[in-house]
Amino acid sequence: MFNIKSEAKGYVAHGVSACAGCGMELIIRNVLDVLGNDITLVIPPGCSALFCGFGSETGLKVPAFQGNLENSAAYAAGISRGYEVQENTHTKVVAFAGDGGTLDIGLQSLSGMMERGDNVLYICYDNEAYMNTGIQGSSATPAGAWTTTTPGGKPVCKKDLLGIAMAHRIPYCASASVANLPDLRKKVEKAKNIYGPRLLHIQCPCPTGWGYHTSKSIEICKNAVQTGAWVLYEYEAGRIKVNTKLKVLKPITEYFKYQKRFANISKEDMEALETFVQDNYKALLERSE
Amino acid sequence: MTHYKMLDGNTAAVEAMKMARVKLISAYPITPQSTIAEKLSEIVEAGELAAAYIRVESEHTAMSCAIGAQLTGIRTATATASVGLALMHEVLNVASGCRVPIVMPVVNRSLASPWSLWCDHQDSMAERDSGWIQLYCENVQDVYDTVLMSYRIAEHPEVLTPVMVCLDGFFLSHSMQKLEILKQEQVDQFVGEYCVNNLKLDPADPMVIDNLTGSDEITEMKYQQAAGFERSRSVMNEVFEEYAIMTGRKKAVVEGYRTEGADAVVVTLGSMSGTAKYVVDQMREQGKKVGAVKIVSFRPFPYNELKEMLKGVGRVAVIDRTTGFGGQGAPLWLEVKTALGSNVIINDYIAGLAGRDIHTGTIQAVFENLMNSREEAEKPVWIDCDIENAMNIREVERYV
Amino acid sequence: MQIQQEKHTKKLQKCKVYGPCAIDFVSSNTGSWRIERPVIEYDNCIKCGTCKRYCPADLITVDKEKRECITIDLNYCKGCGICANECPMECIEMVEERGTN
Repeated sequence: MFNIKSEAKGYVAHGVSACAGCGMELIIRNVLDVLGNDITLVIPPGCSALFCGFGSETGLKVPAFQGNLENSAAYAAGISRGYEVQENTHTKVVAFAGDGGTLDIGLQSLSGMMERGDNVLYICYDNEAYMNTGIQGSSATPAGAWTTTTPGGKPVCKKDLLGIAMAHRIPYCASASVANLPDLRKKVEKAKNIYGPRLLHIQCPCPTGWGYHTSKSIEICKNAVQTGAWVLYEYEAGRIKVNTKLKVLKPITEYFKYQKRFANISKEDMEALETFVQDNYKALLERSE
Repeated sequence: MTHYKMLDGNTAAVEAMKMARVKLISAYPITPQSTIAEKLSEIVEAGELAAAYIRVESEHTAMSCAIGAQLTGIRTATATASVGLALMHEVLNVASGCRVPIVMPVVNRSLASPWSLWCDHQDSMAERDSGWIQLYCENVQDVYDTVLMSYRIAEHPEVLTPVMVCLDGFFLSHSMQKLEILKQEQVDQFVGEYCVNNLKLDPADPMVIDNLTGSDEITEMKYQQAAGFERSRSVMNEVFEEYAIMTGRKKAVVEGYRTEGADAVVVTLGSMSGTAKYVVDQMREQGKKVGAVKIVSFRPFPYNELKEMLKGVGRVAVIDRTTGFGGQGAPLWLEVKTALGSNVIINDYIAGLAGRDIHTGTIQAVFENLMNSREEAEKPVWIDCDIENAMNIREVERYV
Repeated sequence: MQIQQEKHTKKLQKCKVYGPCAIDFVSSNTGSWRIERPVIEYDNCIKCGTCKRYCPADLITVDKEKRECITIDLNYCKGCGICANECPMECIEMVEERGTN
């Protein structure tokens, strides 16, 4: 049982050491608000581990296990099956991992979990780099973005996490954004009630890593959606549905502005990226119901 | 009414896991363990074992699933060998650090490189600091017995330490031997239900497990693990005693064979122990005062019992079925040497690597070398190695 | 039903456990981080709740009954300024904490 030493409105303490303006903090509060406390969280080392706390102190009021960087999906699969074997079919097992622990080192265990059809809700908060260790590039870093290990701008494009999930034909996956919290919450609610592997890919604005003023987190994510850099869509029972259909995408400069990580992108690279983003959006629209 | 079966080591391990009523299996196939993963899957499918089977995509995941599931309060099963155990390495430490008492058969097989399918102890020796108890089996009956006893040892509330049950690849895993199988009621009574109540994932009793911990506490937590290891020594003896009463088969953390009045003793680990005892008998018949000592529990190492058993013995040969590069000796020798001290000649013999048979000739050569040593060997003796030709076994033609 | 009964017959008592775990639910003093804090100008506030929705630390409560409807828990506010940036009426100002103004 937890010793409640601080009051909190929800299941996460109000004073947690996430950076000011951190998108992940906003995401986890909304996710847990929708899911309730009959859950078990699996959290890898990384930014989200700060919610697990330090020593005997934690910022979570729900059961959680802090595993390793690459096997959140594996722990979650074991926990989920363990509950099932004991006839507990109501407790939701939720992995809450970053892009590195999902798309790079975590991809194998995620793939195994999805292929087997394990009953796990996997949430990837994507701040587009290894932020907790100091802003190193990951396969989720967009092309052109500065990180400490892509100082000239990442030369290759971002891995398509939802594309990978769809290739496993899982029952449900969706992208979400703090720019549209009602949509995010609706998707969490939908995912909550489906059995099997479900994946939510949520863009997580990071003032520290992206290099912008802390107050711009929501605005930047809105721009991401409006420019097509982050597409809100769902995949359910084999069909794609783009949630926010935009007739015209804003120029990519609208998304890059404020962000130091795109400050030195060349004109050619920017144009290439804009074409890539717009083509991707068009392709998704074409596949969409 | 006792009941016998002809089983190989792998099947005997499965039989024990089945009778212990494991509730979740996550095993990844690897030679020579694969038949364990297969057989478990078969008996689940056939309804002989009521358990969930997670068809994992790697050993790293196999151990992760087992830890996650066991934390929710059920007994799990996994098994591996060789590089599979090596791949599990990171997660083994999570099991021991979070005090999750998993019992895992390890089918001893050489580590790459070079690639080998065959037996040696490199895999489990590489995990000797993992915080897992390590028990080594001599024959197929031993495998069955040891797996059953391991649940009691691991799950004891003052031990709470996972156990590796080591059985030699092919020599035991694939060798058919006759063994006695207990009645299910006996096993239910002996092993009991899983009722570990330490760190657990329970929505009705929530906690956050394995979070970042400070320098101000980890030393004490590691001390807790050391205490668990210490406690396991007496728990093992109690469990061995209880099992002996039930079956007539008495194990000990170290077992001596004809060590009384011996001038020279060979120390062994695993299936080579049977061969050693056979050679001891032969040599005793020739009037040579020799004996054999089998280490059963490598971790925790039975240094006091070994000291007692080898009191007065002037010469000891340790057979290390692993390489021990860079050390003054290989792992088993290091333990024995530390226990017995410097007034005894203790030679380290590297033998049996990658499935090279430790046959009667090997043991005889070991004794011969030991008896002819005027002083302790300065470094390990590669007793079954073709030293003369070792550097010349590959020649290629190339442009220089 | 059985679980309820078990809960009534079982007593809550202190048990020693071994290994790493956290059971003290605690908030740290993140309010000490900020260099600016939000100040609301109520003349233009329409009580839309946008500030509450986007506060990453969930520190804002809106009491629609009051004119001064916004309460911000300054124990934990890090002064990120998201509330000010998102307010559709632009009636939140970030004011320097050290009060040089």
